[in-house]
Amino acid sequence: MPGRACSRLVPRLCGAVRQQLMPGHSTAIATSAFLHKQVFSTEADASQKVEESMDFPGGKVPFTKKLLMLGGPRSTTPPMSCYRTADSTGTDIAGADVPHQINHALATKMYSTMAALQTVDTVFYEAQRQGRFSFFMTSAGEEATAVGSAAALTLEDTVFTQYREHGVMMWRGYTIQQMAHQCYGNILGHGKGRQMPIHYGSKELNFHTISSPLATQLPHAVGAAYALKLEGKQACVGVYFGEGAASEGDFHAAVNFASTLSAPVLFICRNNGWAISTPSTEQYRGDGIAGRGPSYGIASIRVDGGDARAVYNATAEARKIAVANSCPVLIEAMSYRSGHHSTSDDSSRYRTADEMNRWRARDPVMRFQNLLLANDWWDPQQEKDLRLSLRKEVLKALEAAQKEPKAPLSDMFTDVYKEMPWHLREQMKEAMAHVKAHPEACPSDIPVR
Amino acid sequence: MISRCFRGISALSRHSCSLILRGLSTASASTSEKPETSRINLCTAVNEALAIALENNKRALVFGEDVSFGGVFRCTAGLLQRFGKERVFNTPLSEQGIVGFGIGAASLGCTSIAEIQFADYIYPAFDQIVNEASKYRYRSGGEFNCGGLTIRAPYGAVGHGGHYHSQSPEGFFTHVPGIKVVMAGGPADAKGLLLSAIQDPDPVIFFEPKMMYRTAVEEVPKGEYTIPLGKAKVKRKGTDITLVGWGQQVAVLEKAAALCLEHHDISCEVIDLRTLLPWDVAAVEDSVNKTGRLLVSHEAPITSGFGAEVTATITTRCFARLESPPARICGYDTPFPLVYEPIYMPTARKIIDAVQHSLKY
Repeated sequence: MPGRACSRLVPRLCGAVRQQLMPGHSTAIATSAFLHKQVFSTEADASQKVEESMDFPGGKVPFTKKLLMLGGPRSTTPPMSCYRTADSTGTDIAGADVPHQINHALATKMYSTMAALQTVDTVFYEAQRQGRFSFFMTSAGEEATAVGSAAALTLEDTVFTQYREHGVMMWRGYTIQQMAHQCYGNILGHGKGRQMPIHYGSKELNFHTISSPLATQLPHAVGAAYALKLEGKQACVGVYFGEGAASEGDFHAAVNFASTLSAPVLFICRNNGWAISTPSTEQYRGDGIAGRGPSYGIASIRVDGGDARAVYNATAEARKIAVANSCPVLIEAMSYRSGHHSTSDDSSRYRTADEMNRWRARDPVMRFQNLLLANDWWDPQQEKDLRLSLRKEVLKALEAAQKEPKAPLSDMFTDVYKEMPWHLREQMKEAMAHVKAHPEACPSDIPVR
Repeated sequence: MISRCFRGISALSRHSCSLILRGLSTASASTSEKPETSRINLCTAVNEALAIALENNKRALVFGEDVSFGGVFRCTAGLLQRFGKERVFNTPLSEQGIVGFGIGAASLGCTSIAEIQFADYIYPAFDQIVNEASKYRYRSGGEFNCGGLTIRAPYGAVGHGGHYHSQSPEGFFTHVPGIKVVMAGGPADAKGLLLSAIQDPDPVIFFEPKMMYRTAVEEVPKGEYTIPLGKAKVKRKGTDITLVGWGQQVAVLEKAAALCLEHHDISCEVIDLRTLLPWDVAAVEDSVNKTGRLLVSHEAPITSGFGAEVTATITTRCFARLESPPARICGYDTPFPLVYEPIYMPTARKIIDAVQHSLKY
């Protein structure tokens, strides 16, 4: 209405005003030449001009004479709906949007990857318990979130993760052997044994090294996406994080930067209900993570993280939007952390067996298997063979990793800088001399050179 | 304080002209030619370096708060007009976002030149600097790095800055393996050091002495040149005591040295470290082996300041040569005060007293 009124009153104003109808819209900010101007309606009495909106530097906002609060504990607005294409048993939901169908080959690859992920999770967890390496984290219950989303990304898309997304890496080609090497911290492992187990990375497969601090990777992803945009690449960045990490300041900084600077990032949140022992009810009070997106100007979707096909479709659509518009998209995949936080955690201390059993009954891998079975793309013999061969492969990988030495002592001092500065050369000499004087001081699997 | 500094700087600019020509490597001039210079201030010198970086590298970006209109100190003036809004741009008001974004862009090969508006506000980015930028290369076994990142921040006392516009936080960052820390002491050094920092294959924090943006004026070579990181500069030769400082404190040391000679016949050698991490231990060691005495001075509070690192290292290496205990003339262990600034500061007067005390030991 203000636009129409204006076109009768002031034709020149009209164009600029219409461009400013959406507060916060980027073209409105770019073209705004007005500061603190008021738009008048001609329908009012000539002696009482009714001001209908105000042009703030951030865009036009309409006035109201009602004193009404939006949101908060008394709000009746329902939470954002959760998109799914199959129910908890894996049975198709009639009429569900599935713009990206999954064919036989893709479904088999997705399922096999999820099965491999489950095997790694089970056997590596046991290996840690046996003292073969110091630490491990599983992703039980979240296989569909990882593999479903990864399947919709390409190797040209750069990926940043938190620590529970090795399904994404495995989809991209990170081998079980590489994972074993990294967990053993041997000379062939990513990072040369400098970091704890599960801190994977791969330049070749375009996923950046994991670090323990939470949410720090979110602003990185925005900078990386900006770089891709500058190069004119038809690619995006996918960055993964949990609902707990989304409480960190880096989340706010990242989504705000991505939106303001127009960076093609997919923010993929695994809302698995728990941050170690802290349930989501103690993590946030608003409408989860997806609910925050629109307030940053970001297109957002909530999806059933246990429905691999839904996750795949949501991610594929999000990628299309991000690449075409050079803008961020936020995906919140709802699921459940079926396992403990890590090998240092015993979640029976803070949650009920009943809750865990209820969620295990909705196992995402089983749900996806039902999709394959319903299409006659899978049978029990294939299942048996796959699980057996995977277990063999995982055990073999652990054996091979155990045999490799660690990186030599000098690698404690390399890569701190591109070229080793004089003071590290001196310290390296000191360390070598100390170990030569006291050979028992150096772990036997670290070559002294 | 400012007028004292200005007199010190005039002496500096006359004195350092010849030093500049000796100390530089120019991109194109042969060693027998003097490079053409222009008489500019530190802010303009920084601006020139940024323009050169943007000109030579299409993947260089300059960003931060208020960078588009030229920056609150005018260091980025004119860059948007020359290089466009995709490469010179404002970010939202978030230091952790600015540095995190810079790390990410650098990890994909961009040259990220991030501005933190005042060093006093760098702390929200501390996690990104310490836990991410400094470890990016090491933790990935060299597969990834964010060496293209340079963080610029104005630091230091200005006469009326109080708690939050005066800080010298270099001590926090010299303790972080994996980054480099550079403090410029004048316009010519600032331009050459900044260009080195930007081109350095590791992430660098570059502190600019904000009090000197307008007041420090000297002949600065035109065009591109670099000053190597990790190398200190002997600003004044002397025989009785070695005075070590960095950034805007070097001018105070030079002034104290001039007065020591004039009034007390004491010959001071003044060293500007220029890079704090890694620092040029050999240069200071050589000097103290000659003079037998050391004094380190910085605005930052004395406890755990970088002066402690210099003192401890030199004491170990030159113990037998030392004629007197090393002295540190620094800020007090208080938040940076407003009305008390004249007494808080490590002034030339305090330095002269300490030099005399050292000589009488």
